[in-house]
Amino acid sequence: MADDRKVKDAPVAGGTKKAGVLNRFDNPWLNWKFLAGTGILGILFFLIFLGYQLWDTNLALSARAPLNLPPLGFENWRGQTGIPEHPLGTENSGRDMLALWIVGTPRTIFVGVIAATVGMLAGIVLGFMAGFLGGVFDDVIRLAVDIAITIPSLLVLIVIQAVLGRVDLVTMALLISLFSWATPTRYIRAQVLSMRESGYVQMARLSGVPARDIMFKEIMPNLLPYLSASYIGNMQGAIISAVGLEVLGFGPQRIPSLGVAIFFSIEAGALFRNMWWWWGIPTVTLTVVFIALLLINLGLDEIANPRLRKAS
Amino acid sequence: MGGISLNYLLRRLLVFFLTLWVAATLIFIIPRLAPGDPIAAMVARLSYQAGFVENSGAIIEGWKERFGLNDPVYVQYFRYLGGLLQGDLGFSMARFPSTVTELVGRALPWTIGLVGVATAIFFVVGNLFGALLAWNKTPRLVKVLIPMSMIFTSIPPLLAGLLLSYTFAFLLGWFPQTYSYGFGMTPGLTLEFIANVIHHGFLPAMAIVIVTFGYWALGMRGMMVTIEGEDYMILAQAKGLKPFYVLYRYMIRNAILPQMTALAVSIGTLVNGVVLVEVIFNYNGMGTLIVTALREQDFGLIQGTSFILIVTSALAVLIIDLSYPLIDPRISLEGR
Repeated sequence: MADDRKVKDAPVAGGTKKAGVLNRFDNPWLNWKFLAGTGILGILFFLIFLGYQLWDTNLALSARAPLNLPPLGFENWRGQTGIPEHPLGTENSGRDMLALWIVGTPRTIFVGVIAATVGMLAGIVLGFMAGFLGGVFDDVIRLAVDIAITIPSLLVLIVIQAVLGRVDLVTMALLISLFSWATPTRYIRAQVLSMRESGYVQMARLSGVPARDIMFKEIMPNLLPYLSASYIGNMQGAIISAVGLEVLGFGPQRIPSLGVAIFFSIEAGALFRNMWWWWGIPTVTLTVVFIALLLINLGLDEIANPRLRKAS
Repeated sequence: MGGISLNYLLRRLLVFFLTLWVAATLIFIIPRLAPGDPIAAMVARLSYQAGFVENSGAIIEGWKERFGLNDPVYVQYFRYLGGLLQGDLGFSMARFPSTVTELVGRALPWTIGLVGVATAIFFVVGNLFGALLAWNKTPRLVKVLIPMSMIFTSIPPLLAGLLLSYTFAFLLGWFPQTYSYGFGMTPGLTLEFIANVIHHGFLPAMAIVIVTFGYWALGMRGMMVTIEGEDYMILAQAKGLKPFYVLYRYMIRNAILPQMTALAVSIGTLVNGVVLVEVIFNYNGMGTLIVTALREQDFGLIQGTSFILIVTSALAVLIIDLSYPLIDPRISLEGR
């Protein structure tokens, strides 16, 4: 069985699609990891959407609620119990945790999406140039990638932010994207190099198809599953950078994202005061987001690479 | 040695020195690209805190002269590079008589120790788990348990640090919450001190390990699956070699080489994570130093700490890259 799958998914234009029509239950996209990951993210976005409809998001601003209340059914160190007006509790400047969750979660993911998209686009262009054109392009781009991958991006971002101070989310995303091109470039270059020698590319080249068309019409469609897996991986990386910078205190402060909430809680010693809801709600939410992204990433890997599917 | 071809060695060294130069230049340029004058901004912050600073104009001029900011930029640049070559990272502005080199020298060993131990653990555990996942002789139960242990793979180490710190340090009290050794301990090579350091370092190291080893397991599994299809595997089995010998000498031996390359590539990300884990545990390494510097707006210290951490990462990558051909005898044969 594994063998005929391999044949079906061989990079023949439209091959995967046709196989899906032939036997719809053998569709590689019906991968449980991929579906579970997208499902978790779907539920999360649905809850956020519901929250925007049903809850007053202005409560995410400071001084809109009593301070340091625990979630419903719990008691804080002062003996106060949670109240229904603030079901997930409040923090020490009077923000409602539920409103903060509703507003903060999409903001964190937003940074990841922007930074990953910019980095990915740069990675596609550079990766194709290096892998397909070769020569000087390849030498220079490889060198740049090696350097960029070696430097821990967070450290340079810290220096930048120490100069700029607190910035808005879009600026932060663009700063992160300055460092999120190297990994996709490296990955795409390797894939392009291996595809360049395949029969259909040789054929196209012999037929006199221009290099740009070979890159984007012949190779690109076959790379799509790899590209999407790499994109998700890039998004994880970008969100990790964003959360890291926010936890160091470089985030938008008026309307916090999840990382900024964690920064505030650490600054206020929430870990020692047992205010677990303050840092715990952002932490658990981010953990769920990362697990979902990992599942999608693994699923896409298996969709792109039949050999891995066989093993699982 | 003889295992490393000259070209490979030269290319790795070129990348190493270029990385240092790019990092040094970035760290030099970034503050100068920003609008405004860093010294004036610092004095402004001082007067904001203290209400009023006497002779602020004279102070600004004095500092500018002291740091040589009145010279042309290229003079400053070469003086700065020259200073770096001699290990002179300048002074800490907030703790003036201390030099950055002193402060960094105190913090760096802790960070290197933490990263080194964590890396050794996740690399061994991850690759072992990955190999077991792909091996056809692995017991069923193990194949079910391993993926379950990988649930935290890919979440940022800092979040794992928060969860571990709360559960095992705050709630259960099994481990200390902060610092790298107990209050009042005298650092030294006594058994008591070493045990204390391990006790303090356990959670920070685990925060890195539990989020990373899954990646290595997955990578290893992928590599093993590819190797299982190779002809030499069939030959090894046909020869009647013991399954464990085949696993070790035929499969892991071949699959570990790409993993070494992957380790070199991941060092940068690893250091990012460690910096933040240190902040969570208030571990007295480079991460905590950089955050203290941020809080004190000590720009010289921020630059110095970042630069030294980048140098350390680049050095680690260089060492891994250079040891790779020693493990893989084929590389020297290919030459080039």
